[in-house]
Amino acid sequence: MSMPPPVAQDDAQDDTRDEARNEARDANTSAPPAAYRTSVLDSQRALAGSPAAWVNQLRREALEQAHVLSLPTRQDEDWRFTDLSALYRLAFKAASAPAAVVAQAIDPYRIAEAPQRLVFIDGVYAPELSEGPSGEGLTVCSLAQVIAEPSHRLHETVRAHLGTLAPASGGAFAAINTAYLHHGAVLHVARNQAQLTPSHLLFITTREGLASYPRVLVIAEGGSQCHVVEDHVSLHQGAACVNAVTEVHIETNAQVRHARIQRDSRSSFHIARCAVSVARDARYESVSIDLGARLSRLDLSVRQEAPGVHIALDGLALVGNGQLADTHSFIDHAAANGASRQLHKTILSGASHAVFNGRILVRPGAQHTDSAQQSRNLLTSGRARVDAKPQLEIHADDVKCAHGATVGQIDQGELFYLLSRGIAPEAARNLLTYGFAADIINRLGVASLAQRLRQQVLEQTDRAGSPS
Amino acid sequence: MKDPQAMPVLEVRGLRATVGDGVEILKGVDLLVKAGEVHAIMGPNGSGKSTLSKVLAGHPDYTVTAGEVIFRDRELLAMPAEERARAGLFLGFQYPVEIPGVANSQFMRLAYNSVQTARGGEELDPLEFDDLVRERMKYLEMDPAFLERSVNEGFSGGEKKRNEILQMALLDPTVALLDETDSGLDIDALRIVAGGINRLRREDNAVVLVTHYQRLLNYVIPDYVHVFDDGHIVRTGDKFLALELEERGYDWITAPAAANSAQAQAR
Repeated sequence: MSMPPPVAQDDAQDDTRDEARNEARDANTSAPPAAYRTSVLDSQRALAGSPAAWVNQLRREALEQAHVLSLPTRQDEDWRFTDLSALYRLAFKAASAPAAVVAQAIDPYRIAEAPQRLVFIDGVYAPELSEGPSGEGLTVCSLAQVIAEPSHRLHETVRAHLGTLAPASGGAFAAINTAYLHHGAVLHVARNQAQLTPSHLLFITTREGLASYPRVLVIAEGGSQCHVVEDHVSLHQGAACVNAVTEVHIETNAQVRHARIQRDSRSSFHIARCAVSVARDARYESVSIDLGARLSRLDLSVRQEAPGVHIALDGLALVGNGQLADTHSFIDHAAANGASRQLHKTILSGASHAVFNGRILVRPGAQHTDSAQQSRNLLTSGRARVDAKPQLEIHADDVKCAHGATVGQIDQGELFYLLSRGIAPEAARNLLTYGFAADIINRLGVASLAQRLRQQVLEQTDRAGSPS
Repeated sequence: MKDPQAMPVLEVRGLRATVGDGVEILKGVDLLVKAGEVHAIMGPNGSGKSTLSKVLAGHPDYTVTAGEVIFRDRELLAMPAEERARAGLFLGFQYPVEIPGVANSQFMRLAYNSVQTARGGEELDPLEFDDLVRERMKYLEMDPAFLERSVNEGFSGGEKKRNEILQMALLDPTVALLDETDSGLDIDALRIVAGGINRLRREDNAVVLVTHYQRLLNYVIPDYVHVFDDGHIVRTGDKFLALELEERGYDWITAPAAANSAQAQAR
């Protein structure tokens, strides 16, 4: 077993170890196979030209970037714990035609509380499975539709925002996603409108060998509120590849709640980038839950653009034998009076691996930033590995920043409390493992979804709870 | 309540125990508790009185090095913690543990059903259990909203202690060890908690109150008061001993006792 010793740090500290690590790169890692790039971009040529010239322009530029930017390997500091070579050995093609999915197949994923639902099958918008009128001031619609209609009232807004927070130049995967730009979801809330019921964006993969490129654009105008649930599921057990890009614009005094659920098949690869911009006095709350995929990676970056924002990031990764879940988050306090709070939890069983890199940057002038980050990791197996790294960079002198990371097993005090009530040791361990996860799931704010995920965790932890 | 014919329910003989690093905390404890009785164990901070209740409940931080404990004709020390609870021993925690993510009702129903199954009783489904627990909560003047909250998380000191007594009411123990149940309670909460304890008293069960102060004993009247010092009981009396302790402090008992034990060692 190789895992870092338990660390518990409460004091703010400036983390400058990165430079040292960059210099100490391991030069022996194999180069990324060019074959992967060729095969993954192969089906891009078959993509029909978009009716909008600006989309074709975005795609062209992205394709250039996709050819130029290096595919990440463990030689890259940001990927040193996550080995993509298994992905690079496989060939994935984008779906050319939508697979037929009967309505009953999505029944297990319906969210009763969500009046709006957009469904994407292997990356392709499925209007027949989608429903819900756009509400007062809220528009939830297909990106392809907005692009196809120059007269659509959101056409120019989408054009102005798409690709600005997560540009193709930001990395090879975002570039590949953008090269395929066509299908996706647009969620727009008009000024001062509050839409508190969740909007459900359901991305389904139906078979192995396919790559899909989900794209989500959320725009919350000044003073508005909305709640988006981005949900990735599989109807198969094979290996698919999901490369998702989400951009969230939160304007002055607006509030966005964002739930992201990743429950892809356990043979799949899931690479996601989510970029968020938070304007003055606005609020972003995100709960991100990774249960599926053989390898999942989330790059979540949230930028405080102006004074007075509130950012809350909660994360849970539950991994079992053969799974790796990697979360890289970046909170950028670029203005004063910002508050951020982050709790990231992982539960590991069998031979599994979790990575957490939580970077928090407090820029010069971002005075009175109040930031707290916690990484808590629960190992139920001696064959699991956690790499947890908080990374605070503070360039302002009047701030309050705290971070801490723990890696360990079930808390003995909690265990004894349950045993002292007559609960059997195995049941007690399962309940505590479940509670560790439910603590995050309960923050979703969508009762039926939380209930279903808790049940899934209960089933998974019951299996994982037995000593291995 | 003192009845010479009453059945012994808990008998502690010569109990010695050490904490993790080998330091001896219990240095030969003898205690006899019979059905229907209320015992108070008092003593200065650090005397080991809380350790006694934890050792009896099977806390893993402590190692028993000598002595025996008979609980309802069974060897208590041979039983794992969960067995002790099922057999009818209850520990009310001085610092009840917070468990984020586990609903209070979920935790208590699992505990109730575990204990019921072991005693040959019927398990309750969530709806049946909800009826039972709500009825018990009334006596403790607890808001049913506490059922849906995570176990003890964000509870005030008084709410945590009421939650302990609620668990006691559900698990129906033969012997309840209540460790500093009165600490951190305001006078109203103290009255409610004491009322809850009194309501649970019967001819066939017993309560051991571990407390630093006498005030709980105004509400739950003890049959015996034991003074604990330096890891064992140095004096036993009735409820008037508690009043005397309140007035005079512990020094007049513990200092000579320490001197006596020093003399004993010298001999």
